[in-house]
Amino acid sequence: MALEDLFKVVKDRLKDEKKPEKKAESVEIPKNLLFKCPRCNTVVYREEFEKNKQVCMACNYHARISHRDRLEMTIDKGSFREFDAGMTSLNPIDFPEYEEKLAALKEKCGMNEAIVTGLCRIRGYEAVIGIMDSNFMMASMGSVVGEKITRAFEYATEHKLPVIMFTASGGARMQEGIVSLMQMAKTSGAVARHGEAGQLYITVMTDPTTGGVTASFASLGDVIIAEPKVLIGFAGRRVIQDTIRQQLPDDFQSAEFLLENGFVDMIVERKKMRSTLSKLMMMHNYKKTEEQLPGKDG
Amino acid sequence: MNTLTATERLATIRHKNRPTVMDYIPVIFNDFLEMHGDRHYGDDAAIMGGVATLNGIPVTVIAQVKGRNLDENKKSNFSMPHPEGYRKALRLVKQAEKFHRPVICLVDTPGAFCGIEAEKRGQGEAVARNIMEFMLVKTPIISVVLGEGGSGGALALAVCDELAMLENALYSVISPRGFASILWKDASREAEAAELMKITAEDLVKFGVCEKIIDEPNGGAHTDMNFTAMNISDYLNEALPRLMKFDTDTLLQNRYEKFRKIGMFEE
Repeated sequence: MALEDLFKVVKDRLKDEKKPEKKAESVEIPKNLLFKCPRCNTVVYREEFEKNKQVCMACNYHARISHRDRLEMTIDKGSFREFDAGMTSLNPIDFPEYEEKLAALKEKCGMNEAIVTGLCRIRGYEAVIGIMDSNFMMASMGSVVGEKITRAFEYATEHKLPVIMFTASGGARMQEGIVSLMQMAKTSGAVARHGEAGQLYITVMTDPTTGGVTASFASLGDVIIAEPKVLIGFAGRRVIQDTIRQQLPDDFQSAEFLLENGFVDMIVERKKMRSTLSKLMMMHNYKKTEEQLPGKDG
Repeated sequence: MNTLTATERLATIRHKNRPTVMDYIPVIFNDFLEMHGDRHYGDDAAIMGGVATLNGIPVTVIAQVKGRNLDENKKSNFSMPHPEGYRKALRLVKQAEKFHRPVICLVDTPGAFCGIEAEKRGQGEAVARNIMEFMLVKTPIISVVLGEGGSGGALALAVCDELAMLENALYSVISPRGFASILWKDASREAEAAELMKITAEDLVKFGVCEKIIDEPNGGAHTDMNFTAMNISDYLNEALPRLMKFDTDTLLQNRYEKFRKIGMFEE
């Protein structure tokens, strides 16, 4: 062994020895190892939580998930054909740094806007699907979200297809001013026409569905499904608390609260979502377009 | 040409003597007969509705009620409707449709009420239902924003064939105060938000949201209520017969297109 190699070996050994020391100093747990449930505060291993479809094993809270994970667990493998993937928003009220914020989110989330729409199959039933992703600016509705949803409904109306919308949103996108408010009217108009054409619209409300989205297309499904324990409401909890100055009940604006008050048809767990959606399509006279492709849980 | 800034207009529409629908309705319409209740839960005084005639034409009038004093405001909840208010409005719109009677909505609200009971009774659903159903109503709908057009609570009476605004009226996705509070975590930056948000009548014409700006006297509507009321009346007398000439299919197609084309994006 050459002398310099010997030095290297010693150096490496020193390095190796230093490393565990460092580890011992910092007791910080790797960020992604654990999941702490925001509802019941139970801490579980992320790996197990993910195996459980990102549902809290302790309280059954159905956590927020990315559009990719949602697609994978909902539709028949390989059946997705995306609409309008390249659509991106302009800056209607010249809100400072809006373009920069959008650019950063596109990079981070791997999507151009807060919703993906497209054609898919679920257990062989063809449907137009929309999935909002709260990672992208809390999936607030601006021009692009409004336009994509409207086009999705128009496509479904023309091709006599059901629409399934997985809603999640903080509401209208303030940064787009009045233009965002008008998306509520635009999308609801498209829902109305799809309904007039006799087609089925299923809403699946996921965490959180609030504000201008609750006050438009999300509340207009022929069938409204909610995932367990998710937040659904019109006004924000803090706003209500500031208005009325009294404590709100714990289950306020939960899926269960809405069920009790008559605003959702059923609460459905993730593991039963595919079978529920396909049964609903079957019972509303849609036919399987081809042999069922293998998806996750059948 | 209105040279007031958005902040100055905000002060104008908040003036304690700013005329309300209680002032305007008797001047603009004849024989107003009020109708109450949503037939499901109750009657919401924040939204007043009924039938009247406009220059001899029977119309349905639906109006958000700002009080002129504290007692009136307590009764009408400062014009912040509950779900039953929106459901009453929808009931009266359906009634109007049945008899091919045009609908005139007078919008003046800070927004739909935010509270436990409102949530329990489905505030989101009530607003959503109105927006969707108004889109399909087979009779002309004109909405006029008199002061504040606050968010979804205003939109629930503003899916229409034509939207007019009094020249100092503001129409926005959220109040300037709410905007500052949410985006900057600082409600005191209200004035800055008002200027940034583009919420004046001229701005809304540019966005294709508003079709007509109705003049107010110099100094604002409160300096001459009758003058303002006559201007609203003149506009309605011009617009209503014009819209009533459209066949239903064209009317509904135009209404759909009016909202369909709003959005700013690139592909």
